[in-house]
Amino acid sequence: MSARAAWRLETLGFTDVYDYVHGMADWGAAGLPREGLAASRPSAGDAAEPDAPTCTLADDLRSVRERVRRSGWSLCVVVVNEQRIVLGRLGRQALAADDRRTVEQAMSEGPSTVRPNVDLAELLERLEQKKLAAAIVTTSDGKLVGVVRPDRAAQLPA
Amino acid sequence: MPCAIDREAVQRLLDSGAQLVEVLPAENYEDEHLPGALNIPLKQLNRETADQLDRGRPVSVYCWDDQ
Repeated sequence: MSARAAWRLETLGFTDVYDYVHGMADWGAAGLPREGLAASRPSAGDAAEPDAPTCTLADDLRSVRERVRRSGWSLCVVVVNEQRIVLGRLGRQALAADDRRTVEQAMSEGPSTVRPNVDLAELLERLEQKKLAAAIVTTSDGKLVGVVRPDRAAQLPA
Repeated sequence: MPCAIDREAVQRLLDSGAQLVEVLPAENYEDEHLPGALNIPLKQLNRETADQLDRGRPVSVYCWDDQ
């Protein structure tokens, strides 16, 4: 649709015309500011806690477990690289695994993630239906924004 | 010929004073749009509605996605 609009503008005398082909979907998924009714409703990005515990593939399970204990989180640890790109997830069972295993061996690969512009109420409903305790929020580039915990997120003003 | 651009290029264009136009229907625009974007739905894009834009400045259009 936008391609046709761009061509039409040229026929109307515009000489410097661009087509942002990936549009609103791409913009919102990157967690960038939006305007309008939907933008005023809480989104996954609003509820995502950026200080959720993370670790790298090179960390050892014992130190990760200690870090999680100090952080007060108990749900999961997101495995990221230096650019905070999400590589995996360590759930409760994985965290309690044999210390001789590496993070890479213990983690679940390619965890499900949601984009920051997802409506929070819909996300919470989905988590409840699937009996999930947390949702990992990433931009469309795979970069970690944070983790949504339903009990905390429900306290956000509607 | 219009130039297809990505998100980073849009941000650079906006920083340099480009105009942004969402060409989706008005109800979509009211629900959600990029900051500062005008709304001229494709079905209403003609000489008259385009006159609200400055022909001397770059214009970037967008819709929901590339579908």
